[in-house]
Amino acid sequence: MSTQTSPPRVVITGMGWITPLGHDLQSVWSNLINGQSGVTQIERFDAATFPTSFAAQVRDYDFREYLRDPALHKHAAVNTQFALGAARQAWDQACLGAAPGLDGRRVGIYLGAGEGVLDFDAYARVDIASWDPEQDAIDTPRWAQAAGELMDPWREIGQEPNMPVSHLAREFGIRGPAYNCLTACAASTQAIGEACDILRRGDADVMVSGGTHTMIHVLGVTGFIRLTALSKGTDDITRVSRPFDRRRSGFVMGEGSGIVILETLDHALARDATPIAEIIGYGSTADAFRITDMHPDGRGPAAAVIEALNQAGIDPRATDDDGRPPIHYISAHGTGTQENDAVETLAIKRVFGDNAPKIPISSTKSMMGHLIAAAGAVELIACVLAIQHQMLPPTINLREPDPELDLDYVPNKARRAKVDVCLSDSFGFGGQNDTLIVRRYEA
Amino acid sequence: MSRRVVITGLGPITAFGVGIEPLWRAMVEGRSAIARIDRFDPCGFVCKIAAQLSAELFDVRKVVPRSYRKATKVMCRDTELAVGGAAAAVEDAGLVTKAVDPDAEPTIASPRLGCHIGAGLVAADVNELAAALWTSRTDSGELDLRHWGSSGMENLTPLWLLKYLPNMLACHVTIIHDCQGPSNTITCCEASSGLSIGESMRVIQRGAADACLSGGVESKVNPMAFLRQQFAGRLATTGNGESPQEVVRPFDVAARGTIIGEGGGIVIVEALEVAENRRATPYAELLSFASTQSHCPDTIGLEIESDGRGVADAIEIALQQAETNATDIDAIVPLGSSIPCVDQAESAAIKRVFGPRAASIPLITTVPNAGNCNAGAGTVAVAVAAMALKAQMLPARINCEVADGLDAGACSSRNAALSHILVFSTSQGGQNVAFVLGRVMSDE
Repeated sequence: MSTQTSPPRVVITGMGWITPLGHDLQSVWSNLINGQSGVTQIERFDAATFPTSFAAQVRDYDFREYLRDPALHKHAAVNTQFALGAARQAWDQACLGAAPGLDGRRVGIYLGAGEGVLDFDAYARVDIASWDPEQDAIDTPRWAQAAGELMDPWREIGQEPNMPVSHLAREFGIRGPAYNCLTACAASTQAIGEACDILRRGDADVMVSGGTHTMIHVLGVTGFIRLTALSKGTDDITRVSRPFDRRRSGFVMGEGSGIVILETLDHALARDATPIAEIIGYGSTADAFRITDMHPDGRGPAAAVIEALNQAGIDPRATDDDGRPPIHYISAHGTGTQENDAVETLAIKRVFGDNAPKIPISSTKSMMGHLIAAAGAVELIACVLAIQHQMLPPTINLREPDPELDLDYVPNKARRAKVDVCLSDSFGFGGQNDTLIVRRYEA
Repeated sequence: MSRRVVITGLGPITAFGVGIEPLWRAMVEGRSAIARIDRFDPCGFVCKIAAQLSAELFDVRKVVPRSYRKATKVMCRDTELAVGGAAAAVEDAGLVTKAVDPDAEPTIASPRLGCHIGAGLVAADVNELAAALWTSRTDSGELDLRHWGSSGMENLTPLWLLKYLPNMLACHVTIIHDCQGPSNTITCCEASSGLSIGESMRVIQRGAADACLSGGVESKVNPMAFLRQQFAGRLATTGNGESPQEVVRPFDVAARGTIIGEGGGIVIVEALEVAENRRATPYAELLSFASTQSHCPDTIGLEIESDGRGVADAIEIALQQAETNATDIDAIVPLGSSIPCVDQAESAAIKRVFGPRAASIPLITTVPNAGNCNAGAGTVAVAVAAMALKAQMLPARINCEVADGLDAGACSSRNAALSHILVFSTSQGGQNVAFVLGRVMSDE
């Protein structure tokens, strides 16, 4: 019985990313379409004896090139450095620097950023120096003294997960709604979804959103190894990130940032900005099942997809006159763990029924690795580029199909396709599921 | 017209104990729970006191369903406290969830029950990590990474990482209470609770859930998190013989830093019509919610603009959206951390918005009593504000002797006619949040 006018449309007017495959939209896209792997041996620390010693790392990146006054950001942690470069690209593409009379109070920020990086060498020295083997415990006064001497205060303060928000706000004069969420691997998808809601309810005109993260450090890599979540392969490390392959054995860590500028359509048009794509659906659910496992029925991911489809007004089982499904590409969470890829495939089948085999699905994690909190934002940007270029990025390293996983995963080679509507899925450790649907912008 | 949203259950968890009753009693009586730290030896830190929740008052194993007791082994302290707060809030609201009775029909259908729990940067336990690192030391006291990689790391429990992800607070709570609706973990220091409660409100207004377990929890009472607060210059230096209970004095000209409390908690945020249908009596209505970012001269938000502009923006938006005027506000709950530059910004914001009236609107301060619960602080504030509206009473204030132009000085509790309370918070990082809570008149 609603008599409400329809809520404002939300469009993307700028995008930027810093990834293991490059530092700008075009070069990363080219690498994705060429099926390039960004995986190399870990260079950040000596990982030679680690069961997994490789990752997809951001290389040759200097964030200061993206800033007018780098001194303002002298305490920026690595994750913040990534976000500053990605945000600068997005801000410039959206031409917000030139927007006359832009009121900072109407510009908000919602990131799904991970925590900063511990100074592990100093930390380990402090722990070892203050360990009391007789008590089987830290001598805390000794620990405090050693920590005060050895650890860098700024690196410690800079680990709070809201630090990227604070740096971006300072750089771009943001004074509107400001949030950071950290729902593990779902964080930046969730951030973008909630940022859209902030625009729809009128609390801001422009939102800077996305995510940034690196866990390529000793404790991050250790933590995932202990969880047995990482791929171990030893032969050709560029081939072991193999989502949906029968031999998949875990994910490969990536790092980086993806940032989008979201805007109400009216605001974008009023300042003659060019809408790149429209976000038409967002769904968010919790598995509420186990801390380590996904629900085997895929109930949480399926519910998030259904919620997003409902918001977009899309019937997943419908087809157009050519028999084409209403979703033209799914950017999968596709981590390459046995469990994720199986449950995700099941959830897609549950929602899309007979349409499921007709929808191309791929995982760019096969090339870029898993950007953890930043993964969703980067994958949404890939969806938008797929629409712009009418081209689907492949799932590389898919050499031995898994008989249980029988959908179209765009194996190994990019594919030209008619793409107008894409869906991007992200699932986090702990059971958060988030889905976004993006469509070609049409007036 | 969007759905009206109310608070129907309070589950603060503080050094006073679990639930609203012990917190409210302490607030009314003007007691502080701040004492010397006994969780670890604080010698070597500039600050040696905190508000800690003792094991006698809270044991997480007693508040989880029997079938979930084993999982408490993989909970960090922050998660334990979140689980405790959630149990208290659910009980206080009279909700039946899976934890209350796994065989009964839940009061709110699981897909319609959301969960938003603000969290901090969860520090890994130093003893747990050091014990493992010690096995891979070199003769010169460094870590032998080659040894760590090949075998040392096996001294860490397999689920070690999962213990410390900030979203584990919400993860455990959603599993225990079967919340399958939207769930989020907002991590913006002291603004985390407020942003989470605000997001619950918006999620309910847009129809994505009917009720949410909402709030925030943090415990920085551990060496690593404590060290970071010391590095950030936020802690009051202690040790000159004064009573620990008198150190925190927000808005006093002699304020000199904050004291950490552990806790925060969970409140039940619910659509009014859903609450009415089940004949629940709300504590208060969430009339509005606003979020802004302050300009931070140091970029990282240890300093925020001293004129309070960004904070004032949040308060003004909250007043507008609640369709209230500055003259309608009967009391204010700020963060009131007792950190001089932060108090200054909050004080300036109040004066900017309320003008000459600023001196006569009573403030409610919670940090002198329960400590600064960081990501949980806003939930303590909201719980106290909601209870004040229900009880029609202003709690006592302690410690502040000379407040500059604000009604913030020490005083006893008193009965008061309260219809609207403003709750707001700044944060380390510059994110601000503001709410107006309204009194709910009972029909009966």
